[in-house]
Amino acid sequence: MHALVAVDLHIIWQQVFHPHSVFFRTLWATVYISIISQAAGVLLGLLAALARMSRFAPLRWISGVYVWIFRGTPVLVQIFYIYFAFSWPTLHFGFWTVPDAAIAGIVALSINEGAYMREIIRAGIDSVDRGQMEAAKSVGMTYGMAMRRIILPQAARVIVPPLGNEFNNMMKTTSLVYTIGVFEMFAFAEQNYSQFFIADYFLAVAVWYLMLTTVWTFIQAYIERRLAVSERGDELSFRERLQAAWNPMTSWARGGGG
Amino acid sequence: MTGAEIVMHAEDVHKSFGRLEVLKGISLEVTKGETICIIGPSGSGKTTFLRCINHLEKIDSGRIEVNGHLIGYRQRGDRLVEDSERNIARQRTQIGMVFQRFNLFPHKTALENVTEGPIQVLDMEKRHAVDKAKMLLSRVGLADKVDTYPGKLSGGQQQRVAIARALAMQPALILFDEATSALDPEAIGDVLYIMGELAHEGMTMIVVTHEMGFAREAADRVVMMDDGLIIEEGTPEHFFVAPEHARTKLFLSKIL
Repeated sequence: MHALVAVDLHIIWQQVFHPHSVFFRTLWATVYISIISQAAGVLLGLLAALARMSRFAPLRWISGVYVWIFRGTPVLVQIFYIYFAFSWPTLHFGFWTVPDAAIAGIVALSINEGAYMREIIRAGIDSVDRGQMEAAKSVGMTYGMAMRRIILPQAARVIVPPLGNEFNNMMKTTSLVYTIGVFEMFAFAEQNYSQFFIADYFLAVAVWYLMLTTVWTFIQAYIERRLAVSERGDELSFRERLQAAWNPMTSWARGGGG
Repeated sequence: MTGAEIVMHAEDVHKSFGRLEVLKGISLEVTKGETICIIGPSGSGKTTFLRCINHLEKIDSGRIEVNGHLIGYRQRGDRLVEDSERNIARQRTQIGMVFQRFNLFPHKTALENVTEGPIQVLDMEKRHAVDKAKMLLSRVGLADKVDTYPGKLSGGQQQRVAIARALAMQPALILFDEATSALDPEAIGDVLYIMGELAHEGMTMIVVTHEMGFAREAADRVVMMDDGLIIEEGTPEHFFVAPEHARTKLFLSKIL
């Protein structure tokens, strides 16, 4: 038995800097599940946001029920239900195989994420001045074209910061799909632990999650800076955006002002 | 004016917001090359009427035609039904609009604001649209601001870009919705000067304004609206020298 605070530095060192080749497969699984789920979640969120603003009432109801259910139930329950209630195929793309459990996990995470993204995207669209849609229409644009070319690019500035936080969450939430048998980063740590009963494997995988989210923080700051280029006044420097991303309280407090 | 080509024809237009009736039967005809100034107290329905002309507001009854085409609706038997979005969008390409708050696209440069409609909507070749936009921007005195974003332009400059944006579509008619109300006095002069030039060159314009000097000098006809109705119309001479209606006299005495 280990003492309470004993940390086996050797294992941390080894797992972080010289991981087993199998580990990289699980790292890749975490990365692709995160990216695909987030991208699909944004798409679903956009569709649900547009449905929410539709003139056609049934679309608004569907959008409302969707958000109600998927924000009101645990994501773990959703993952289990979606995996066990349907049969999912295993997909092969050359060397890359996506097992059925990963597909189910991606589907569940995407649908769950879409419910949260709907609110974020709707807030973004609402933040664009009404006159923009009128101006777009007055040069002959249809609703769809005005959305695509005029409204959404402006809404993006409001959408991207919380979207970045969602992706940060997503990378961590993917660890839940280990419960339906997806062999991703957390599953690797768990497997090692159950073999050797050394808790430091969890510490090591935490370091890997931290590295992923940290790299993302830099990418997010870069994207936000690019989006702010044409904005006057409250242009934040790269460093200020990094600080904001690192400190959730300040980024939350400033969130309203964009 | 008999025989002149009619650009805009409005007939008994009614419009309510909830239980508030803001247009109580507006009829107006505008012929090609005419500049019409609509004046009247706030709340009289001027702006609402203007917004009905390009179907930014739906009308409850009556009809509006531009270049002989019914705007926003299709005739089905003796009823009017709302037209398809695509058709309405196509009709709007014929009707330019300049807004009180400019409504430039803030994520696009002055040039891109002007080329957006011609390239995306009229399918104009990009090179051609850019040349034309540069010409229009230099015409409104902004040749050096082509690559500037709206956020870095003053109100007067933004409004001049907005005028260039409307002109780039080569519309049959331009609507000006209190285009100078949000500007400081210096900028008002610049914008009115450009509007006066356009009027002089024969652009068909409907101008909702509080600028009586402009109405007097540039308008072919002045229309006075009050409480959802046109109560008097005539030449500027008629209006500013010998208005007939008591309500018009009162309004002008307050504003002049």
